Amino acid sequence: MSAQPTNEVTYRIRRFDPNREPAPHWEEYRVPYAPGMTVLDGLWKIKETLSPTLAWRSSCRMGVCGSCGMLINGRPRLACNTQISELASTSVVVAPLPNFAIVRDLVPELSPMFATHQDLKPYVIRADEAEREAPTGEFFQSAHELEQYLQFTYCIKCGCCMAACPTFATDARYSGPMPLAQAHRYNTDSRDGGFAERREVLAGEAGPWRCHYAGECSRVCPKGVDPAKAIQLMKRELVLDYLRLHKSKCPAKVAAKAADAKRRDNIPDAPPRTV
Amino acid sequence: MMRDQKLWTWHLAAGVVILFLLGLHMTVMHLDSVVHFAGLNPAGGHPIDWSNVVARAKGAGMTVSYVLLLGAALFHGLYGLRNILFELNPARWLRGAVSVVLLLGGLALFAYGTWAAVASFNLAKLASGR
Amino acid sequence: MLETKGHPNRLGLWGWLGGGRWGVERYLYTLHRVTGLGLLAYFLLHIVVTSSRALGQGPWQSAMASVSGPLFKLGEYLVFLAFAFHAVNGIRLGLIELGFAVGPPIEPVYPYRTSLDTQRPLAIAALLVAAVLVVMGTLNFWVLE
Repeated sequence: MSAQPTNEVTYRIRRFDPNREPAPHWEEYRVPYAPGMTVLDGLWKIKETLSPTLAWRSSCRMGVCGSCGMLINGRPRLACNTQISELASTSVVVAPLPNFAIVRDLVPELSPMFATHQDLKPYVIRADEAEREAPTGEFFQSAHELEQYLQFTYCIKCGCCMAACPTFATDARYSGPMPLAQAHRYNTDSRDGGFAERREVLAGEAGPWRCHYAGECSRVCPKGVDPAKAIQLMKRELVLDYLRLHKSKCPAKVAAKAADAKRRDNIPDAPPRTV
Repeated sequence: MMRDQKLWTWHLAAGVVILFLLGLHMTVMHLDSVVHFAGLNPAGGHPIDWSNVVARAKGAGMTVSYVLLLGAALFHGLYGLRNILFELNPARWLRGAVSVVLLLGGLALFAYGTWAAVASFNLAKLASGR
Repeated sequence: MLETKGHPNRLGLWGWLGGGRWGVERYLYTLHRVTGLGLLAYFLLHIVVTSSRALGQGPWQSAMASVSGPLFKLGEYLVFLAFAFHAVNGIRLGLIELGFAVGPPIEPVYPYRTSLDTQRPLAIAALLVAAVLVVMGTLNFWVLE
């Protein structure tokens, strides 16, 4: 086999067109390489010059939208966030995220993950609905209270953690790291009073009980969310809840405006509407 | 049907119980040459010699510990097995069937082992003449 | 559960064993599972075999004789090794899964320090303790008999 020039990499991509074939197959493409190229850059090169039918999801190309999660050289990563040079190989093997059905080529069917996410009510639940709909002031939340859940808010729902989880690999009823970490994010948010509602789902099979701390979710998370930590912290809350030792904190109170508060004088009026 | 939140908490508690009791059992049975617990292999020789079995069985504390260990270990092990089997995504009817089989099997083995512990307690009392 | 269109793509059992580059903790998870199953299989037979002591000296000694061959001795040694790992790793998992040793929530700053890094000293300590138990057991089984 002739030596590959160092200004070229070989992409080995798992292709699948459901209209034309019963199962996926591998295809190889030689792509010119320049330092600083990401895996996503290479995919665009292939689509532009070699195979216009290649399909994948991407958007922001800077690691904040969570669209381009793929299995790259055996590990779930964001294609836009992965430098080809960090793979330490002239061969880039790209496959769709495992544990999700394949729609086409590198496009995974993520709706089950979002459906599970929705079942765990990922929004602030409070008894005072009027305040939620028409707020009269801020909710009190100290910096310490914010710190308890801030890390888990950085989740971009890319699905890499779900692809890496060994339990989710076999168990379709397990919620997976992302929905569970997000459930914990809301349970720990001091503005939220929905622990009892989420517990209905979390106490059963969809809960964190099938997590055995393999830790792969935290290892592959591109945003440092550490879902494994969230899940273990959530287990502690649920065990305390079973032992009736769970401190159900009153959801954060509204900071009422002082009666004599008035606007600063020099705030200009809003410009006239244009639509 | 008990939910996983409860079952898992008990699984952990059983694990702690097993840690102590099985640790003791393993020390008596398999670390007796390295660690000397004279009180638990009083007849000397091998831990599984009949004389040692009788010496241990006639203690009420030992009998209670064995039954406790039996129950905790059966629950811990069978719940773990149920977890592993359920993670393989069986159909709903199969999940119910597996739960029932494991529960009944566990109860049966617990009954059998408890009988054996109590019966050997009585036997040992007789053998060593009160 | 919402079952969707698309070509099936779950890793299945391969997800338990592999499916990518692993960290140590995933190996520990797999080993914990394997040792647990081994211990359970041994335990269920153990209950039946040792219950023979309730029937008297004769039945007990013949039961012990039937499990005294070299293959059984090796099997018991493996059970002891499995116990050493499963118990010590179990302590580690018990602490982690109750939220200790994972560290508090932090502001993620790249390169990210996750709970895996925080619990790593605990994992190493657990493996060292398990190693000590293995040495003691090996001495007892094969050297000091």
